[in-house]
Amino acid sequence: MANQQPNSGNPRVDIEYRRKKSAEEMKHQVITFAMMIFLTIVAFVAAGYEGFSAWFIVPFILILAVVQVIFQLYYFMHMSHKGHEAPALFLYSGALVGFITIIAFLTVIWW
Amino acid sequence: MSTLAQKKGFGATLWDYLTTVDHKKIAILYLIAGGFFFLLGGLEAMFIRIQLAVPNNDFVSAGLYNEILTMHGTTMIFLAAMPLIFAFMNAVMPLQIGARDVAFPFLNSLGFWLFFFGGVFLNLSWFLGGAPDAGWTSYASLSIASEGHGIDFYALGLQISGAGTLIGGINFLVTIINMRAPGMTYMRMPMFTWATFVTSALILFAFPALTVGLFLLIFDRMFGSNFFDPAMGGNTIIWEHFFWIFGHPEVYILVLPAFGIFSEIFAIFSRKRLFGYSSMVFATVLIGFLGFMVWAHHMFTTGMGPIANAIFAVATMAIAVPTGIKIFNWLFTMWGGSITFTTPMLWAVAFIPSFVAGGVTGVMLASAAQDYQYHDSYFVVAHFHYVIVGGVVFALFAGAHLYWPKMFGTMLNEFLGKITFVLFFIGFHLTFFIQHFLGLWGMPRRIFTFLPGQGLETANFVSTVGAFFMAAAVIVLLINVVITTVKNEKVGNDPWGDGRTLEWAIPSPPPFYNFKQLPLVRGLDAYWLEKMEGKQGMSPAEPLGDIHMPNNSFIPFVISFGLFVAAFGAMYRADYSWGIPVLIVGMLITLGSMFVRSIKDDHGYHIHKEDLEDNNDKGVKA
Repeated sequence: MANQQPNSGNPRVDIEYRRKKSAEEMKHQVITFAMMIFLTIVAFVAAGYEGFSAWFIVPFILILAVVQVIFQLYYFMHMSHKGHEAPALFLYSGALVGFITIIAFLTVIWW
Repeated sequence: MSTLAQKKGFGATLWDYLTTVDHKKIAILYLIAGGFFFLLGGLEAMFIRIQLAVPNNDFVSAGLYNEILTMHGTTMIFLAAMPLIFAFMNAVMPLQIGARDVAFPFLNSLGFWLFFFGGVFLNLSWFLGGAPDAGWTSYASLSIASEGHGIDFYALGLQISGAGTLIGGINFLVTIINMRAPGMTYMRMPMFTWATFVTSALILFAFPALTVGLFLLIFDRMFGSNFFDPAMGGNTIIWEHFFWIFGHPEVYILVLPAFGIFSEIFAIFSRKRLFGYSSMVFATVLIGFLGFMVWAHHMFTTGMGPIANAIFAVATMAIAVPTGIKIFNWLFTMWGGSITFTTPMLWAVAFIPSFVAGGVTGVMLASAAQDYQYHDSYFVVAHFHYVIVGGVVFALFAGAHLYWPKMFGTMLNEFLGKITFVLFFIGFHLTFFIQHFLGLWGMPRRIFTFLPGQGLETANFVSTVGAFFMAAAVIVLLINVVITTVKNEKVGNDPWGDGRTLEWAIPSPPPFYNFKQLPLVRGLDAYWLEKMEGKQGMSPAEPLGDIHMPNNSFIPFVISFGLFVAAFGAMYRADYSWGIPVLIVGMLITLGSMFVRSIKDDHGYHIHKEDLEDNNDKGVKA
């Protein structure tokens, strides 16, 4: 029993496979983490630079924010793994409803 | 073992219901509370119709009429229809998927008590200076200008009960995703469970819009903000959008479970599998999806412009397609079936033409250019009463008769049930059909009286006569309930004889743990499949073992009570010096009881295998 994964009750877990998987995932997380810091710096620079107009900066930062949310969800909160179909469905549905609401407010009320 | 069967005194029973986390008992609580508010809303409806029976009537004053009208709509939607729908969802859905309870029994109880205290708070406005009077939609300019505390009662009361509904919806979602019995795939779920699932998703996405809107209203009225005040840079239209982003999905929240109940009824009493099951599922999901794209059809005349109006008009008409799919599937379910006209089946058959009439006027209203003619007339009143009464209320009556044996173990009297049906059906069409024409002849909605000599007298009088028929029908139903309860003739597992889904495989009412062993589901209409193969019950999917059960808890009641107290504090803060302390005390009660819940370990208890073994007539037969 000593060679089994300590946090899994399943004796059929292949320890070698798990270790490889974990290492790979760790690599992804480190890369993503570095990229998120990089994107944050880019956002700060974009906001601080005098040469860009607000019409460029606001959508640009919003796009960076969306990318960061996707990184967060898929690499740190494990939505890329199996068994997350239902949460993903509801997450996207909620995002869609929120998006439509904002679009409608922007176009119908305030435009 | 014998402690379970002991006869309890009234106090013990009351304490049991105040603390229960059992989905079946919470269903009964929803049924009683929702039924009470239904009678209240019905009483308000009768006052409305009496006031409008003759021209220049002075049965109620104009101000009081506005309050009655507002409370009729608010009560019927939030405090009667939704809780009654929740009653059936709670009672039936966990049984249909072969679960022992919902996923979060504690939250289930919390959801009920929040709704209950919100509803009581709202209705206390009658005794504390006047009810809300800006219509159930409570459009911002009007509701900000409304004097007294009526609108405060509306905003705070709905906020509390809305939180309960949201909790309930999330609970059902988690239950259906995680707690289906072995073999119960998504595409083997009964239609009522599917309807519950989609409805709960709609609740999850729609109620936050109401919550936000109500908070803005609360802040504008009680805490000096100006979200809706154009003079101060706000925008009054925002409320209308928030309200209808919630409000339109809300009508599907009401009607989809109604569709679910009717789908069960058509299949049971036609002794046939539901025609086009997968297209029914598809249509249900599609209605839920489209329900979020159409809210602005309530606002065609606010000046959104031709492009927005056109988009929302087309999206609205598109909903007629999945609804039509459902209507045809129900007709084809009956076609060639061995139909028995029991009381639930009568409601179901009458539902089809009544609801289609409401749907047709819905498409008429969806056409933006035409809507300018119908807007704010009795035509609209007729339309939404045809869909809500002809769809939802019919389903509630049908569901009450269908599931009464499963909830209480006794059958409602069929003869009285049919009398209820006939009286209500006649009364309903008498009241509302003529209102289409009242609208076309130019009678505006929400007026407290009308003048003689304008051609509106006869039609209004006819409408009022119809309302009395509906009142008589409800009284017959109440008599039926009393007679049935007094007689107390217990029935078996499958009192209708043709039950198809899992709830009919277990005793009526089910034991508190529902299934002794979780059943193995081998297809759609799981119990029917087993019956057709000559088996007595479901095959178990697991060996007999200990069952883990949650403990009862009084904490949900206390959490909800704290918010109830805090709402009074928030409302009277500006008027009296005790407002702020009461607000703080209320929040302390709520947060304190939540804290107790968090730190106190409550692992529940186990029913031991030995106690289940010597009791052969309960649960799934092995």
